[in-house]
Amino acid sequence: MAPSHDYSSSADAAPDSAVSFSLEGVRTGFLTCIPVALGVAGYGVAFGVVANQAGLSVAEAALMSTTVVAGASQLIAVELWADPLPVTAILVTTVAVNLRYSLMGAALERWFRHLSPAQVYGSLFLMADENWALTVRDLKTGSGRGAFLLGSGIAIWTFWVASTVVGVLAGGVIGDPARYGFDFILAAVFLALAADLWDGRSTLVPWLVALATALAASSMLPGRWYILLGGLAAAVLEVIRYDA
Amino acid sequence: MREGWLSLDPFVVAVVLAMAVLTYLTKVGGLWVLSRLEVSDRLEAGLSVLPGAIVIAILGPELASGGPVEWAAGAVVLAIAWRTENILLALCGGVLAVVAFRGLV
Repeated sequence: MAPSHDYSSSADAAPDSAVSFSLEGVRTGFLTCIPVALGVAGYGVAFGVVANQAGLSVAEAALMSTTVVAGASQLIAVELWADPLPVTAILVTTVAVNLRYSLMGAALERWFRHLSPAQVYGSLFLMADENWALTVRDLKTGSGRGAFLLGSGIAIWTFWVASTVVGVLAGGVIGDPARYGFDFILAAVFLALAADLWDGRSTLVPWLVALATALAASSMLPGRWYILLGGLAAAVLEVIRYDA
Repeated sequence: MREGWLSLDPFVVAVVLAMAVLTYLTKVGGLWVLSRLEVSDRLEAGLSVLPGAIVIAILGPELASGGPVEWAAGAVVLAIAWRTENILLALCGGVLAVVAFRGLV
């Protein structure tokens, strides 16, 4: 029998005002995220390889991973890399790909409203898809660990930067990333996270709407707009049918 | 072609830092706007479905662009994740499965 993934009851029981920012939260976030960060490292090696092929030096690729901390947009940026640099295209796609982070950050507001601006805006720098999802899962249990995003972000960041360097250095040696299944890592991470985020039958309709919207949008629009549109469509539907 | 592992082209650095600033603004933008608005229960209900919906929106086209090999490996990931709730196990199982299935096809 499959274990229950229904966190809603415990989330309702624990008041969100109990959210605090502690060293224990940083530690728990860091340790919980290490398995996921290992997965991110596989992805980071792939990024390093692509960055190397695009002509970036180790220092340049490492600088990008250190300061941007957003894998999909970095991969797309180095795919666009050319001489001379198409600056506008790179920056516009960076924003488009990362706009989903605005929604993800907004989803944390009900817990983060209890933290100081420094804690909130510092933690958000290290927000990536994977540790955001882990953080939501943790906070939904009513743990009150406001520092979970920071701790898990530190784990992601460390592995991301280190694996980028490894990837650039190994760039000439590794051939096709698909041979090692590296190209499947992102999908695998998100499938595992979806299994975690499944919240019973109440999740079904918004997920189907997100899926249909994303599939339609990805076939009609360039870039990663489908992520933003899929998430928005589900949220809008939920707002409309709230007390219907 | 730039030479040397540690070379930093000033123009490349400027583009990378511009990417970093824009990315940071997207990360903080949504929460910043939301913390200045009164959030109704209705809006909160909408936001509560965002996490899963975004994950599904990322996954859908990604899996649709794959084939039977990726779908079968995806089923392996889901099965392991569901049974063990261990992401690393699910991840390793999925990557091993995709390599194995590609070897079979």
